[in-house]
Amino acid sequence: MIAATLAFYLFAGLAVVGAVNVIFQRNPVHSVLWLIFTFFNAAGLFVLLGAEFVAMILVIVYVGAVAVLFLFVVMMLDINIAVIREGFLKYMWAGLLVGGILLAELITVFAAWTISDSAEGLRAAPTPDPSAMSNTEAIGQILYTDYIYLFQASGIILLVAMIGSIVLTHRTRPGVRKQIISEQNARRPIDTLEIIKVESGKGLQ
Amino acid sequence: MAIGLSHYLTVSGILFTLGIFGIFLNRKNLIVILMSIELMLLAVNINFVAFSSFLGDLVGQIFTMIVLTVAAAEAAIGLAIVVVFYRARRSIAVEDINQLKG
Repeated sequence: MIAATLAFYLFAGLAVVGAVNVIFQRNPVHSVLWLIFTFFNAAGLFVLLGAEFVAMILVIVYVGAVAVLFLFVVMMLDINIAVIREGFLKYMWAGLLVGGILLAELITVFAAWTISDSAEGLRAAPTPDPSAMSNTEAIGQILYTDYIYLFQASGIILLVAMIGSIVLTHRTRPGVRKQIISEQNARRPIDTLEIIKVESGKGLQ
Repeated sequence: MAIGLSHYLTVSGILFTLGIFGIFLNRKNLIVILMSIELMLLAVNINFVAFSSFLGDLVGQIFTMIVLTVAAAEAAIGLAIVVVFYRARRSIAVEDINQLKG
């Protein structure tokens, strides 16, 4: 029990430290690295909560895909770090005010949260006993049956995102000579060749 | 002291607030704002998984995966827009993005 408590405080504290660093780093590359750190610690929190599958998905999707995508884009764009902190103090107080009020409200709501007795009966998919069935198996059994339409819809969302980002970033640059096979095949001799009768003694003009 | 639901909800509240704070703070770099949004989505995910675990209902974890999908799609589209914008204006500062004013 004491180990679980310590692990919670470790993961939670490091996640918050990582999030603070994401915001305050001067260099965006360091921000991305701290974001990866935060996601790893959040995955640790998920493991503590008994959601191993979601924890592993978080590591694979976020660290493996999203954070690397961020890293690519940050390194691709040439951003001047020196001017990046201009106007920092100007927005600091507005941010502190809004953030402080929001945090106070959230903690007021969350600190005294108790689950109602009648909530037990309203569960849509009660978690099976961990000794009888693993988390992954339990999720698989309801994800591909009760929530199959949601699963398909998320696939469509990813497809649309993929097509959208390709369409957005694709460009046809001028001055690039590319082979266009249909144009080559559509070429006829009559369009390009001309037969000229050359009269003797005059030649071509 | 046993770790209860309130502990996890507090952590997610702090992460969410830091995400909002990051949006306020970073006026020069659109990518850090996108990262702040990812932080906020992570806080929401922690909320979902915490409720799912303490209530014993697996639907919260299913919904977490849907949120994860949407977050990945949002990051891809958002970064694509940032790249296109950088090509056009050679800058990704928030102040320079004023062409959509009505």
